[in-house]
Amino acid sequence: MKFSKFAKGGLAAVMAMGMMACSNGGASGTASTTPAEGDAAAIKLGFSGPLTGDASVYGLAVQHAAEIAVEEVNAMDGVKFSLNAQDDQADPEKAVSAYNALMDWGMQVAMLTVTSGAGQAVAPYYQKDNVFGLTPSASSTGVIYADAENNANPFGTVFQMCFTDPNQGTASADYLKEHTELGTKIAVIYRSDDNYSTGIYNTFMAEAKAKGLDVVSDAAFVNSDTDYSVQVKQAADAGADILFLPIYYQPASQILVEANKQGYKPTFFGCDGMDGILSLENFDTSLAEGLYMLTPFSADAADEKTKNFVAKYQEKYGEVPNQFAADAYDCVYALKQACDAAGVTADMSAADITSAMVSQFTSMTFDGITGTSMTWSKTGEVSKDPKAVVIQNGVYVSVAD
Amino acid sequence: MAFLSYLISGLGLGSVYAIIALGYSMVYGIAKMLNFAHGDVIMVGAYVSFFAMTVAGVPFAVSVPAAVLVCTLLGMTVERLAYKPLRQASSLAVLITAIGVSYFLQNGAQLLWGSDTKIYPTILPGAVSLFGGQLSVSYLTIVTILTCILIMVCLMLFINKTRTGKAMRACSEDKGAATLMGINVNKIISITFAIGSGLAAIAAVLLCATYPSVYPTLGSMPGIRAFTAAVFGGIGSIPGAFLGGLLLGVIETFAKAYISTQLSDAIVFAVLIIVLLIKPTGLLGHKISEKV
Repeated sequence: MKFSKFAKGGLAAVMAMGMMACSNGGASGTASTTPAEGDAAAIKLGFSGPLTGDASVYGLAVQHAAEIAVEEVNAMDGVKFSLNAQDDQADPEKAVSAYNALMDWGMQVAMLTVTSGAGQAVAPYYQKDNVFGLTPSASSTGVIYADAENNANPFGTVFQMCFTDPNQGTASADYLKEHTELGTKIAVIYRSDDNYSTGIYNTFMAEAKAKGLDVVSDAAFVNSDTDYSVQVKQAADAGADILFLPIYYQPASQILVEANKQGYKPTFFGCDGMDGILSLENFDTSLAEGLYMLTPFSADAADEKTKNFVAKYQEKYGEVPNQFAADAYDCVYALKQACDAAGVTADMSAADITSAMVSQFTSMTFDGITGTSMTWSKTGEVSKDPKAVVIQNGVYVSVAD
Repeated sequence: MAFLSYLISGLGLGSVYAIIALGYSMVYGIAKMLNFAHGDVIMVGAYVSFFAMTVAGVPFAVSVPAAVLVCTLLGMTVERLAYKPLRQASSLAVLITAIGVSYFLQNGAQLLWGSDTKIYPTILPGAVSLFGGQLSVSYLTIVTILTCILIMVCLMLFINKTRTGKAMRACSEDKGAATLMGINVNKIISITFAIGSGLAAIAAVLLCATYPSVYPTLGSMPGIRAFTAAVFGGIGSIPGAFLGGLLLGVIETFAKAYISTQLSDAIVFAVLIIVLLIKPTGLLGHKISEKV
């Protein structure tokens, strides 16, 4: 019976691998440090994100944009930053180790983490150690509230530059309610093992019910799925003319390909995770023609700030920055604005900096590339307007309301 | 008609699983090790054919042999460098090494080619329309299923009719005795890795042609599914891997279509557990009694 024992042992190994995969795990947590030129008077700004592994496209976007922003800020008058990016591979445990490494380095302000799961793991430490963290992209409510179920017990020192997930679900339901010309029968395909996607999905479904939207099909997939034909076929068979995709752009691109294969042509509608679909290498952008999405950032915007950022990013890293990058860029500038206004200097204690930052963020107004006249609530939630963007002739075009 | 359409897409998916599972199963049958890096060989195959088409600009038909060649060499190199020194080590050490190789390949790919997703070019667009347009089957699915059957037949012939195949069977029964009979066991294991990895490249091309995303962890999930398929069918058995792969694909698709898209994985693995409870060696696995 040696044979079957071995097979069972192998299964256990598969399960172990599966668990690692679920936590977006990669190899061992090697920390990569890229501090900017050490400046004695620079404020130590740290964050952790997936710089390697599955989700590294987000972590690297944040790192690249933050480096550009820090370089710009350091060339201006006012505060200087020294940046330290740690790799957490989007894994909660590694994020805590990364946080400890940052604290050992002497971090004074932070951009928390890039992803939500990691952000939820470290947010309590920020509260406990009284460190200010402004996350560019960890959008779950669990990042700012200790009791995310009831939106209660905010951490108080953790703020967000991005929308919360439920916020996007509500905004999407509102938009579809108002714009019935896009379609009235809605199908949803979401990723059931992802906080971001289920967060939007749950609020969207609740709002859709409350607002009387007609959701005719509702299907899920998980990270390990490669085949989406069943989900797309179900949406098509239900006669849906809107396909709501509260997911990231990689699986969305597969769904677009599959829908095209099946000859199904609804109006596709996504949230900020859809941003990036046009820069997928070798993607047939005609498939995304007419796709709507709600996003705070559009790389084609004509304002000076966005143009400058997009040009610099393209020059340095050879790709169009996505919304993660834009949020990170705004984070650095918002921190600079707050530090300058409060007169924060590098020799202040972390606790003093934190209280100065909290009072600034809850009172100031910030204009960035992901929105204008942004304000923050005491719980750390940002208030800015999502913009509807539609893809026309292979570029994002802002939709007038 | 919906039923047939689900069945065919299930068979298409299952065929890819089956080709990957063949690689797992052959290596297990002969080297008695679980090569967890097999899924990552698929990923390398996908990148090679992707770059052959987009950067070198060669046609699809040329990119496939290129991917097969690179993967075959990669498989043999990995075997030579990582597994051969551990031939006498415990199976656990070899398993951990395989997981290490898997991460090495994933992170290597990420360093070399970046972590962003690339979209595989469209191969063989179009579909056959049956029953007056009620059912459409894409050419790609047909090619995938036919390729899988062809590979399976060729492998069976190879194993049963050729001298090398005979030597492989001898190695899988008893390596010590095979050595005494003058068979170069190391060479046979190397050939097995070469064939398994070559198959991985073919699976990679079919997988990416159907689901056109190329990224560094592309191989891990299909690899794990295919490993499940190999266990399901009876690991070490070639027809078992084939049957297990097809069944897994069909069960997965039906579970999604008729029960729940949320629970499809749970259903697939529940079926696996039931099969293993009833038949611990898998559907077509042989029971090997311990010699005392």
